[in-house]
Amino acid sequence: MTSAHSPAVSAGRAKRWGSFFYAEQVLRVMRGYGWSVFLYSVGQPVAYLFAMGVGLASLVDANSAAVFGGVNYLTFIAPALLVSSAVMTATGDFSYPIMDGFKWRRVFYGPHASPLVPQQIATGHIMASALKFLVQSVVYFSIVAAFGASPGPWGWVSAIVATVAGLSFGLPLMAYASTITKDSGQFALVQRFIVVPLFLFSGTFFPLDSLPLGVRWIGWISPVWHGTQLGRFFTYGLEENPLLTLAHVLFLVGLAAAGWTLTRRQFVRRMGA
Amino acid sequence: MHNEATRSFSTSASFQMNPPAVITAENLTKSYGELTAVDGISFEVPAGESFGLLGPNGAGKSTTMKMIGGVSQRTSGKLSIMGLDPETHGPEVRAHLGVVPQQDNLDEELKVRENLIVYGRYFGLPLSYLRPKADELLEFAQLTDKAKSRVDALSGGMKRRLTIARSLINEPKILLLDEPTTGLDPQARHILWDWLFRLKEQGVTLILTTHYMDEAEQLCDRLIVVDKGRIMAEGSPGSLIREYSTREVLELRFGSERNATIGRELEGIGERVETLPDRVLIYTNDGESALEQVSARRLHPVTSLVRRSSLEDVFLRLTGRSLVD
Repeated sequence: MTSAHSPAVSAGRAKRWGSFFYAEQVLRVMRGYGWSVFLYSVGQPVAYLFAMGVGLASLVDANSAAVFGGVNYLTFIAPALLVSSAVMTATGDFSYPIMDGFKWRRVFYGPHASPLVPQQIATGHIMASALKFLVQSVVYFSIVAAFGASPGPWGWVSAIVATVAGLSFGLPLMAYASTITKDSGQFALVQRFIVVPLFLFSGTFFPLDSLPLGVRWIGWISPVWHGTQLGRFFTYGLEENPLLTLAHVLFLVGLAAAGWTLTRRQFVRRMGA
Repeated sequence: MHNEATRSFSTSASFQMNPPAVITAENLTKSYGELTAVDGISFEVPAGESFGLLGPNGAGKSTTMKMIGGVSQRTSGKLSIMGLDPETHGPEVRAHLGVVPQQDNLDEELKVRENLIVYGRYFGLPLSYLRPKADELLEFAQLTDKAKSRVDALSGGMKRRLTIARSLINEPKILLLDEPTTGLDPQARHILWDWLFRLKEQGVTLILTTHYMDEAEQLCDRLIVVDKGRIMAEGSPGSLIREYSTREVLELRFGSERNATIGRELEGIGERVETLPDRVLIYTNDGESALEQVSARRLHPVTSLVRRSSLEDVFLRLTGRSLVD
């Protein structure tokens, strides 16, 4: 048998590019669901923007444009819907597939026997999902723009913000998911008691400061709020203290980085070596 | 007992005439808290050999395989694969190996051929190499006409063949097979055995665990019998049978109520009598004449069978228990 390669070369390439190799696997699996991902990423924004931004907005705008920083309601909620959509996709991508990888179909253990290391399997999964969020957010933003809800020239940056917000919520969830050895409905609880409240109380449909102080903290610790405010900054130039804008960036990036670190650590702990 | 003798045998210079060892384990130990799954085992595997770990479930076979495969760290002892320590050179060690795990972990949502290609990518192999290689392996695995099917549409035997084909994508010189045929029907098992023979002919070193004695006898040049994390005996299947058993075995069944009492009345026939709950085994070099002696004592078994000794008998002798409980 002639060898087109040597183990030393394989190991070297895997050390350098291993995360990308695993990301390729995840993307190939996603391709199998290409159509449903596409329909979801187009259908969902159209439905939400139409219902909220056209239907509900006709009532809201008639009353009080001033509350929403001088922009119409559609423009106000579009960044929030964009960010929420990425966070909800992240909730799916970083929960059940992790259980699947460790327990149900044990897909992480195939590459684990190859030169890849567990950290690369984690990072590869994250990279592929991040790319998916980005594509989905770009599609979403295009539809927002088509609805005329992004007046400024920097609106497209909100697609990147949404991607980062998705990771900011998703990676701590992934770290948690990778500790679960027995599925007893934890993800349904996360959906009901974390994702939904974050969606509702993160300044999504109305400004956060119109809420009583007692629940306003939900927004402060919510990647959805930080992402939404940042998105508003880019789409219509929301006016706020520059330090607060910086805080949004640091919060999102910091939470994502912490989640990523914990995830990598937990993957190593769980898979060994 | 035999333990100490065989262990010193294994570390002696008995394989000096063979090619250099590709795997060397010295006092390999793995503990999980209180439980010691692998308890100081030592062995060497020269290149091209087919080496087996035979033992019941829970003997420590899979744990040993995981340590060799560089996916589980040993608690103590030394381990070297192709001269590398899997603890410090995990990726390098794994780049040398093909691994067939006990449970298939294929990408069920990918197509059959894509499974091979994706797996090859983990080894940093270019598509120009992988495309023809995947086709070659599919042919070898007799899965060419399934190349475009999704994995979840395959039968158990086909999945197993695909898992083995996948393990060969990097043309490994060492193939680790953990219970390769468990759960397969007899026909599928024979196909796999035939395959493994051919790989061995190509010079691939095979390391396999099994709790099937016929599989061990068919495939292994040499094996270690493992129980409770320790090596009970080591040698070729033939030499183990010669050393620990007689040429033939007479199996008698008197009905589960009576086996124990009648077992005592059979003492003296053959070299050794072993009474199990469901049958009595008489170890002898001549089964037929032993059966005549049984009849002469006016004992009439419900069924009787004379067979050759197998590794099952070796295991029974060494541990006092059956391989498959």
